[in-house]
Amino acid sequence: MKFRQLAVALSLAALTAANVHAQPIKVGELNSYKVFPAFLDPYKKGWQLALEEINGNGGVLGRKLEVVSRDDGGNPGSAVRVAEELIARDHVALLMGEFASNIGLAVSDLANRRKTVFVAGEPLTDKLVWQDGNPYTFRLRPSTYTQVAMLVPEAVKLHKKRWALVYPDYEYGQSAAESFKKLLSKAQPGVEFVAEQAAPLGKIDAGSVVQALADAKPDAIFSALFATDLQKFVRAGEVRGLFKGKAVFDLLGGEPEYLDPLGEETPVGWWVTGYPWNQIHTPEHDKFLHAYEKRWKDYPRLGSVVGYTLMYTVADAIRKAGSTDSDKLIAALEGLKMQTPFGSIVYRAVDHQSTMGAYVGQLAKKDGKGVMVNWHFANGADYLPSAADARKLRK
Amino acid sequence: MSASAALLQLLNGLASANSLFMVAAGLSLIFGVTRTINFAHGSLYMLGMYCAVSLIPRLGGGALGFWGSVLLAGAIVALAGVAIEILVLRRTYAATELLQLLATFALVLIIGDFALWAWGPEDLLAPRVPGLAGAVTILGREFPQYDLFLIAFGPLVLLALWLLLTRTRWGTLVRAATQDREMAGALGVNQKWLFTAVFALGAFLAGVGGALETPRAPASLGVDLSVIVDAFVVVVVGGLGSIPGAFLAALLISEIKALCIGLGNVTLLGVMFSLPKLTLVIEFIVMAVVLVLRPWGLLGRPAPPARSPAALEPPLRLPSRRALYVLAALVAALALAPMVAGDYTLVLLTDILVFALFAVSLHFIMGPGGLHSFGHAAYFGLGAYAAGLLLLKAHLPMELALVLAPICGALGALVFGWFCVRLSGVYLAMLTLAFAQICWSIVYQWDAFTGGSNGLVGIWPASWLSSQSAYYYLTLAACAAAIALLWRVLYSPFGYALRAARDSPLRAEAIGIDVHAHQWAAFTLAGLFAGLGGALYAFAKGSIAPETLAVSRSVDGLVMVLLGGLHTLTGPIWGAALFTWLQDTLARDVNYWRALIGAVILVLVLAFPQGVAGFMRERLSRREDDA
Repeated sequence: MKFRQLAVALSLAALTAANVHAQPIKVGELNSYKVFPAFLDPYKKGWQLALEEINGNGGVLGRKLEVVSRDDGGNPGSAVRVAEELIARDHVALLMGEFASNIGLAVSDLANRRKTVFVAGEPLTDKLVWQDGNPYTFRLRPSTYTQVAMLVPEAVKLHKKRWALVYPDYEYGQSAAESFKKLLSKAQPGVEFVAEQAAPLGKIDAGSVVQALADAKPDAIFSALFATDLQKFVRAGEVRGLFKGKAVFDLLGGEPEYLDPLGEETPVGWWVTGYPWNQIHTPEHDKFLHAYEKRWKDYPRLGSVVGYTLMYTVADAIRKAGSTDSDKLIAALEGLKMQTPFGSIVYRAVDHQSTMGAYVGQLAKKDGKGVMVNWHFANGADYLPSAADARKLRK
Repeated sequence: MSASAALLQLLNGLASANSLFMVAAGLSLIFGVTRTINFAHGSLYMLGMYCAVSLIPRLGGGALGFWGSVLLAGAIVALAGVAIEILVLRRTYAATELLQLLATFALVLIIGDFALWAWGPEDLLAPRVPGLAGAVTILGREFPQYDLFLIAFGPLVLLALWLLLTRTRWGTLVRAATQDREMAGALGVNQKWLFTAVFALGAFLAGVGGALETPRAPASLGVDLSVIVDAFVVVVVGGLGSIPGAFLAALLISEIKALCIGLGNVTLLGVMFSLPKLTLVIEFIVMAVVLVLRPWGLLGRPAPPARSPAALEPPLRLPSRRALYVLAALVAALALAPMVAGDYTLVLLTDILVFALFAVSLHFIMGPGGLHSFGHAAYFGLGAYAAGLLLLKAHLPMELALVLAPICGALGALVFGWFCVRLSGVYLAMLTLAFAQICWSIVYQWDAFTGGSNGLVGIWPASWLSSQSAYYYLTLAACAAAIALLWRVLYSPFGYALRAARDSPLRAEAIGIDVHAHQWAAFTLAGLFAGLGGALYAFAKGSIAPETLAVSRSVDGLVMVLLGGLHTLTGPIWGAALFTWLQDTLARDVNYWRALIGAVILVLVLAFPQGVAGFMRERLSRREDDA
């Protein structure tokens, strides 16, 4: 009898001990799923796939990884509340996610205050890791400035003298236009900016804007428009013949989320940054592509790559740190090297920005859908500001 | 800009004006007859767009596909409108007219998530219309043929509506109901079916307007909210209930926008103005100017006197001893919360307290004051930004910033209130919205000072308030004191004069109460306390962004006030608590949480037209009467 009781007690103890060891590591994820579903549905599929792979391979530090995912309500105030909940109630080890720049900045500031690491996936504002950078925030995607810098060499090659700019009237569009003007003027002295049209986000008056741009008689156009604005602009521009004989550059235009809806309307010959998912044949991308298509019966979008890479960033950081303590995580993330579907990237220690790059190419039409041709991969490391410049900006 | 360029820009403006006119005409018609502020009109437009895009391939593409799908989309949306009117709105006509705003707001949420579920998250652009796919050369520039069609179509719709309203018997009934609904009912017109028919026509116009826009703009999920604001502005500028007014207003606004874009950057007295950036807010500036100069819109007429008994409210009674004990117990319970609740519950309670203060300040002018405000978030946001700017730019200590920030809200209310109290009804509400949008656009664009669209970060409370419970106590003390003060004001002679001005401005003036002065003072006071709420909010979050000033924040305030009930003092507090808690809980695990919140609000509206607190009060008073 005693032996049986002892056996039961021992097995119970073993079970509870096993449970304690098997306590999952909780990671908080928040994003504006309702506001940007076109980008964030694939993004969610991306991190869910990565989570399944990580847990299938035994998890991290012998424990399973668990993601507590919340909708951030679509405005900075709710996002801060959701982040507080993840930290205070769900006791997550760190935060990841976010899409919009203003919400990203608010969550980053909260993470700094609550001394919790925040790995931002998508917010593109330069301020996130530079002017408003803090020790607890890291960012994956190349910022607005970096992506503009990737496009500028192609613009310089064309030697166009008269440029027109069109962009959505908020920080992203304004800084894209500013960066483009600055970089192009430096590389090509004597360039003229003959027209500048700032349109309210999502509400561009496409006909009037196209005509105003045409009246200025530019040789080339730089656009930072995306989503609905881009489609309206392309339709109006094509009908009025704005793009005939002109070089056109569009930031983010080659991303499947923004390219696919154009379909038959895809403007041929535009220079864009994007993601030619069905033409990349590196081993790491093939592996990702097959796994994604098998799991979700759909092709990946750029959001998928961001979500997938973000999840692996978190897992690799925890593994390298050997714990979930914030200071150890920061030390682990600084200089973290990892493999992604886009090749190998590093999180720079000086400004916590990853060297993830983007694909630069031209648009073409194939079977009624838009594709990228003539493309090459631009490594983020080549286009980020130097470490000295970054340090100056972060002061 | 050359003369030919200007002419072409004017033509562009004409083309944009027509889709705007179609949706605004429907809204104006619905409001004119049923006095319903149909917030869901933009959603109907969006449904029209999505239906058209889905139907075009199903009808075989080509010319028949497009025109057939336009008519069919209009018909489907008209049916949806009929369903909405019969199932939801009929039950709300007896209550205050703002309740329809709440009901249609709930419908916006539901229809929005329905569109996401039915058509997915990607934007859908319709193919070019066969036969109108090219461009004609006008004065050396290409102008789309489809735009020419739209320019011709708008006046045709105007003519058709004019003929319908002036030459048919049904139109005569509609005009009679617009002028005096009660009299028309008394003369034997079947109001129920008249309202349904008008709603169906308005929905049909919205659906067709959306369908006709699909070759130029994609069907996307954000269309409902952007279109409804534009449509409201056009309707109000033109004059509520006036279809020619709506056409004139649509024309005016679109042409001004086109000219701003066409003129580009202009240099005046050495300063460069970027006129295209002005398109962000130009329609609100136009609305503000028109309303200040012509209080009833361009072609509108003063509203007929409201005769329904639902308009009057029972006089405010002093709270019973039991009610005071309950309130005291509530405050005590809240004060004890930090000892039992975790950190996150305190975060949620802090948010609820701040929004309760915001809602109470809004209720102060809406309920007892009778001034409906759609732009109250402006003072909330001004207080928040003042707190942030005083802390970050003027380097004041946080405590001083917190005390001085509400003054900014009060100043804004002082300036805007002078203009606003001279109007009444929906015009007043829209003028407050115009000022709020102007504030928002200034903050949104002034990157150097206010942080632009990114806002400001690093606005944290002082170190002795840095713990969650310490800040919670500060918020509780400030909000409780502010709400108590506002209620005390309502029981003072000023409060009585305010209610007198609301119930009968003529009689109030006759006995010597300066109606405008009282309303202006009330507006300023409400702005002061909204600013206090904003300042507390800024320090609680650590950051502020232009969203604190935006339309959505004002609408949230309205929803909180209406949920709780317009006719009780504690209503806004319950409304704020309920709404904030709903958003917090439901957004957690449910995929389509927007639709769920909309459904919950809809159920509450249909079950408790007098608001949750109003319902409780009726139950309690009935129990007292029975006892």
